[in-house]
Amino acid sequence: MEIVYVYTRKRSEFGRPCSFSDRPAKVNVDIPPDPSMAGNFVLRNPVDSYVQHTSDMSEHEVNTERVEVESRGVNHVEGGWPKDINPQEVEQTIRFRKKVEKDENYVNTIVHLGTLMEHCVKQNNAINIYEEYFGEEETVEVEDEPPSAKTINVISKLTSFFDVLLSKRDPNVTKRTATHLSWHPDTCKKLAVAYSSLEFQQNMKDMSFDSYIWDLENPNKPELVLKPSSPLVSLEYNPKDSHVLVGGCYNGQMAYWDTRKGGLPVEVSTVEVSHRDPVYGAIWLQSKTGTECFSASTDGQVLWWDIRKLSEPTESLVLDITRKGLLENALGAVTLEFEPTMPTKFMVGTEQGIVIACNRKAKTPPEKITSTYSGHIGPVYALARNPFYPKIFLTVGDWTARIWSEETKESSIMWTKYHLSYLTDGCWSTVRPAVFFTTRSDGTLDVWDFLFKQNDPSLSLKVCNEPLASLRLQDNGCVVGCGSKLGTVTLLEISSALCTLQRNEKTLATAMFERETKREKILESRHREMRLKERARSEGQETVVEERLVENPEEVLSRTRREFFEVIEAELQRRTRAETQCLHGKVPGTARTRDRGRDSPPWGGGQGSASAFQVKDRAGDEAAVQGEESQLPKEEEEEEKDVA
Amino acid sequence: AEVEEILKRIQAHRGVIATMVINAEGIPVRTTLDNSTTVQYTGLLHQLTMKARSTVRDIDPQNDLTFLRIRSKKHEIMIIPGNTSIKITIELYVL
Repeated sequence: MEIVYVYTRKRSEFGRPCSFSDRPAKVNVDIPPDPSMAGNFVLRNPVDSYVQHTSDMSEHEVNTERVEVESRGVNHVEGGWPKDINPQEVEQTIRFRKKVEKDENYVNTIVHLGTLMEHCVKQNNAINIYEEYFGEEETVEVEDEPPSAKTINVISKLTSFFDVLLSKRDPNVTKRTATHLSWHPDTCKKLAVAYSSLEFQQNMKDMSFDSYIWDLENPNKPELVLKPSSPLVSLEYNPKDSHVLVGGCYNGQMAYWDTRKGGLPVEVSTVEVSHRDPVYGAIWLQSKTGTECFSASTDGQVLWWDIRKLSEPTESLVLDITRKGLLENALGAVTLEFEPTMPTKFMVGTEQGIVIACNRKAKTPPEKITSTYSGHIGPVYALARNPFYPKIFLTVGDWTARIWSEETKESSIMWTKYHLSYLTDGCWSTVRPAVFFTTRSDGTLDVWDFLFKQNDPSLSLKVCNEPLASLRLQDNGCVVGCGSKLGTVTLLEISSALCTLQRNEKTLATAMFERETKREKILESRHREMRLKERARSEGQETVVEERLVENPEEVLSRTRREFFEVIEAELQRRTRAETQCLHGKVPGTARTRDRGRDSPPWGGGQGSASAFQVKDRAGDEAAVQGEESQLPKEEEEEEKDVA
Repeated sequence: AEVEEILKRIQAHRGVIATMVINAEGIPVRTTLDNSTTVQYTGLLHQLTMKARSTVRDIDPQNDLTFLRIRSKKHEIMIIPGNTSIKITIELYVL
């Protein structure tokens, strides 16, 4: 339908002035709606509409031009000589020189300059104006920066897209604990990690047995995959030959790899002669051939192997401290320690909390065990000698870390306070004699500087949320790798304050260790005296002793039960008080002296291990009474366990 | 002859390792060091002196460089520029 409006005007009327007039509106066309056309359309219900309140953004790409860099060199030739003189010819140069010297001007200038020069040289000789007057005092550098550590690398199973840092994925779905770390002996750019699941009988079918060697430069793929026949619990690089690694398996076998030959073990020990429990410790020995190693496991044996012939061990030792060599009495070994400077001695840390020092070269097997050190309430998870003082060694187990001296066998010379979580691994720093690292089962890495502060770690870092299982320091002392229960290996770089030797640190550390050792010796002798006296007294008063024994159990039991709960209540109250103080912004006083920490018995999750221990106390007077009490709380716990 | 005397006197002072005289074109006229070292020193120091001199003159045209000392950890090099020649002395001082 076409709507047309026509407006006509006569030609003669063109150009006339317009005379506008008003008139009411007039409808020209009226088009009614045509419902029949509605059939062509469909009613839309609901209607989708959107509103967006964001800023407008556009995407652009820029590609800068590539800069080409080129190395160039310039060859200098001796120049300046006038054209006719060849600088290589000695005669010509000499002649030229002589000619110059004959010039009168030259002589004047030289004389003049000479006097000036003499003046200055004399000045110099008279006094050194740039002399360092206070040179000695300058060397006292105040370390303002607090000790810190920063993560440089995380080898883990991260699946986020924000992996800006290098993070290495553990390609397996089921997560396994990184049980052992070993740095490559020369380059320290490679790390061998043993993965296995240490939960008893929880191995899932699809859990892979592989362990990896990671190269720090390559974040995404392990450099080499080691495929043993059973998961590896411990793994060590051969310090002499960096291509060879030995690993202890979960099923007790030993295997060794050559990285040049690929991921399958070159040789595996036969099952019949191997250990019967996971091999927790495997260390290389110092030998001319560089092929000897030894291993320890919780079945109570320590076996020596030669790599070239893994079909049977060369030697074996049963860890029986009663020195009878019986496997039934043997203690299970959890960690092994060997110091290359003392090739015949080594130490074993056991599940029962005892550290056994052994001598390999003893003539008869019972004599191989030279001494035992007991003091831990749970398995000794780590054992390390101080690289600077071979007689001092560190043990980590239950909730404390202890420092021992080889001479004092009855107790440790120094120890840390009781923590809230288990300590799982520890090692000394290779550069500073009084610094060591420990890892905890709440995922924290502690750095302790015993010269500076003994109550608390100098630095406490929360590495991850899951427990940390292993720890290893790189040889330069600055980078430490820790492995966690879910297979994440984190590398941390420690601030330089904690890994550079201070000026008189060695003397101070020596003094500290000697002091503590002496203190222990004095206490030991005192205890011995008291024990002798007791024995003398008891021999003279046998009847009285018998009576005491009869009525003791009941009374003492109720008394100790009461005291036990009292101590727990006191501790709980103290903790809540400390927390409320903390909330109010006050720092909870580190009033926990060492004595306090020692006296509070282990509550809430005690190990309840099979063998009884002599818990040593510092207040010497209560030796006898405390001795009884400490044995009874253990029975106490067992009772509670029966009830619960 | 006088030249010799003066140079010898300077060289005889305590702590002086070497002396060099360089002419305006940068050619070592007289030196107590071996050739290669001399050439090295000459090339480097001549340019440095020229630069220093022009710097001083740029800042104040009436001014001129009288003396240039380069003190380093091990030695001190003293340079006196003249119109036709430059004299360089290398001295050792102990901290």
